[in-house]
Amino acid sequence: MIATNRLRVLAAGTVLALVVAACGSDDTTTNEGGDGSVATGEPPTPEITTAPDTTSDTTAGDTTPDTVGDDRTAAGVTLVTYDSFPEADTSLNEALGRFTADTGIDVDILVAGDTGTMLAKAALTAGNPEGDVMWGIDNTFLSRAVEEDIFEPYEAAGLGNVPSELTDLVPNADATPVDYGDVCVNYDIGWFDERGLEPPTSFDDLVDPAYAGMLVVQNPATSSPGLAFLLATIDEYGADGWQQYWQALGDNGVEVVESWTQAYYERFTWAGGGPTPMVVSYGTSPPAEVIFADPPRDDAPTGVMESTCFRQVEFAGVLRGTDAPEEARQLVDFLISEEFQQELPLNLFVYPANSSVDLPQEFVDFAVAPDEPRTLDPDVIDENRSTWIDEWTELVLG
Amino acid sequence: MDRAGARVNRLPRWFVAALTVGPATGLAVFFLWPFVTLLAEALSGEAISATLGRDATWDVVWFTTWQAVVSTVSTVLIAMAPAYVVARFDFRTRRLLVGLLTAVFVLPTVVMGAAILALLPESLDRTVFAIVAAHVVFNLAVVVRLVGAMWEHLPTDMEAAAATLGASRWQVFTQISLPLIRPSVIAAATVVFLFSFTSFGVIRVVGATGTRTVEVEIWRRATQLGDIGGAAVLTVLQLLVLGAGLAWSTTAQRRHSRALGLTLRSPLRRPTGRGERRLVTGVVAATFAVAGAPLVALVVRSFSTPTGWSATAWTDLGRTEIRPGIRVGVDPWNAIANSLVNAVWATLFAVVVGGLATLAIAAAGRAGRVLDAGLMLPLGTSAVTIGFGMLITFDAPPVDWRASWWLVPVGHALIAVPFVVRATLGVLRSVAPDLTTAAATLGAPPVRAWRETVVPYLWRPLAAGAGLAAAISLGEFGATSFLSRSGGETMPIAIERLLGRTGSLLQAQGFALATMLAVTTIVAVAVTDRLQAGGPSAGRDRGSS
Repeated sequence: MIATNRLRVLAAGTVLALVVAACGSDDTTTNEGGDGSVATGEPPTPEITTAPDTTSDTTAGDTTPDTVGDDRTAAGVTLVTYDSFPEADTSLNEALGRFTADTGIDVDILVAGDTGTMLAKAALTAGNPEGDVMWGIDNTFLSRAVEEDIFEPYEAAGLGNVPSELTDLVPNADATPVDYGDVCVNYDIGWFDERGLEPPTSFDDLVDPAYAGMLVVQNPATSSPGLAFLLATIDEYGADGWQQYWQALGDNGVEVVESWTQAYYERFTWAGGGPTPMVVSYGTSPPAEVIFADPPRDDAPTGVMESTCFRQVEFAGVLRGTDAPEEARQLVDFLISEEFQQELPLNLFVYPANSSVDLPQEFVDFAVAPDEPRTLDPDVIDENRSTWIDEWTELVLG
Repeated sequence: MDRAGARVNRLPRWFVAALTVGPATGLAVFFLWPFVTLLAEALSGEAISATLGRDATWDVVWFTTWQAVVSTVSTVLIAMAPAYVVARFDFRTRRLLVGLLTAVFVLPTVVMGAAILALLPESLDRTVFAIVAAHVVFNLAVVVRLVGAMWEHLPTDMEAAAATLGASRWQVFTQISLPLIRPSVIAAATVVFLFSFTSFGVIRVVGATGTRTVEVEIWRRATQLGDIGGAAVLTVLQLLVLGAGLAWSTTAQRRHSRALGLTLRSPLRRPTGRGERRLVTGVVAATFAVAGAPLVALVVRSFSTPTGWSATAWTDLGRTEIRPGIRVGVDPWNAIANSLVNAVWATLFAVVVGGLATLAIAAAGRAGRVLDAGLMLPLGTSAVTIGFGMLITFDAPPVDWRASWWLVPVGHALIAVPFVVRATLGVLRSVAPDLTTAAATLGAPPVRAWRETVVPYLWRPLAAGAGLAAAISLGEFGATSFLSRSGGETMPIAIERLLGRTGSLLQAQGFALATMLAVTTIVAVAVTDRLQAGGPSAGRDRGSS
């Protein structure tokens, strides 16, 4: 898609140049970009519509005026994102389509891989990015993203609707919080019911022999929910106490697998027909189980252990070196607008960062997002990630 | 071996150079350049000392190497039986069997690994044994196709003569056939070794948690820890080990290749006699069981839900609206179309480049050997390294190619070219020089003599290589998984997306899609085979047999 669009842009540009050079009539060229992707007819005055409360740092950070002059024939931006973001055909994409219709800014989606891969690429290409806006860096990767200088600071219009506990994570407006959710232990309600066993409610319960061999988790070295769960235990027991806890978890028969898919779809009693009735998954897995149930059902088959929930916050930001900074900022504004945010829950199964959005009923009924979730400072995570993972590997797998 | 004949008819230097230029340029631009760019960017004294000083590094290198050796030996030994049967006998399910093996080769590891785990006894789950078993099952197709491509061309008369003289089937195999097909066996073993050595998915899905090959560790360092320097050092280590193996294998292939007086295609025959029928039936049945069981498991899982059986995954496949107002954005038909388009281009690139390269390698002596080894390198280089290398190399005009659609098929072709070369080279080297000499004697200029005598032997092995190339592309192997993508998802990506989300319907649809990928592959392989059967060599086939 992007290739053809760029080609079209190029072609349109060339044609335009030729036309100008020849001083001919432009009747034939203008109606080419009917779908708005080329935006041929747009006057060369970029309307600085949004971000009325523009902060000073955005203008100061505007160090790359690499576009020659201001004759921007094409207002298109590329949204770089992780691989669970739908490329087309969902209400999320339709919302982006409305953005295009309103602003004339075409949005291409570029999928860069999982979050870690996306960040690694962005770090390698910092200053000459693959796209203009990035969606989906989470709080475990945020510090590295800032340190690698991949974002151009921008304070989005409409940030007032985002609660301060989210915006506090990015004091310099390096990036904009766009959604959040939790990684929590899920359990198979039916399995526990059948045995007349109460599901555990705390981390301490998980090392109780009554729940021996009932939990499957992911390897924090290779899985993002796995890392979140490790961080949750570090939050509970501290940087010096978690090792002992994991020792106990190991003694109690915790199973470790490489990925979420394996844990959920191979080992979990509910979804995989496996042997383990508890799995590290998401606070929003139960509503997904209801919505995508086959046959349809109206109660959740799985429950969430609230006390284990670790908060994941995702951010979007303008990529430093973008050649369409103005359009990129407009897109970021849109990403936290109500219109876009209301589509997040049922597409990405996350909570919208914009608190004025009403949640869908399935979320209200079945999803869990504790008021006081576990969390760690992004800087602390980044500083210790490698050490903790190595230590954990030695301890649990070694 | 006597090369005098070849010398008399030596191809003009310009001609050999012209053959070489294309493949060499492609390799330089799309592999060496990105690779070197990444190393230049990432390698540092600090990264080197940190990585080499870590005990874990050497543990990983050692584990990677020995599991690859064990996997390769096991695969080659086990695959010899189906390779023989497929190359020599005509039986009703022959084409299906080859297609099936190839389908197993390409299915996403997440899916196949799960199926293999389900079939192994619980006690062997997540052990090295499971890893080796998975490598064997995955790579059967490589051996069957690469060795088969040569075996088919071996004249049957020597085997028949030996048998007449009282040699047992085993003696015929070890004393007649094996020495003759040895170059292709080494070629296949090399490829299997490269695949097992750079194994990623299998290790993660089937291996014990935390098991790491160099490839897994490169990925983890680069993407999860942001340690590109460490990843680069590991890439170099990986290449050093592989380079040694490759050098040995390239030399060995040449040493063992000899002029065989190949036939264009030995006729397949129906098995005769009780022993032979039993042998063929047994091998075919066993192969079907090994390759088919995981596929059956796929189909079963596409119909299963946590609460019972359901066909909804299939009936709703492609219906965009799964629940009122809720769409997943996975369009299977679109994904198939995307995959097929990529596969067609990748196969085209791979066959053209690989075909030229084979001719050049066979004709060009020492330079040919360098090209040969060079073309194998992408197979043994970490996908992360190539992908990231491309990202930072093709990032500015005039080579601003990062988002070009064709970079994906080019990446696939990079992995597929070695298969085309391996499938073809052994056959080409074995064309009897006297054929060419005879043609020259009859007055044909060198290029014409070469075209008339050598080129006709290329079609069948090229078709085998093309089948694998298409499969590689359909299965999305290699660097492309680390290229950013836009413009729609391919089958493997759609499958992974579905299996990465919560919800029983999505899970079942993931398996339904995987089943479709398998079927697509089987069809694609059958079509390539048939194209070839109707191709230019068909008429000659009849004339020569």
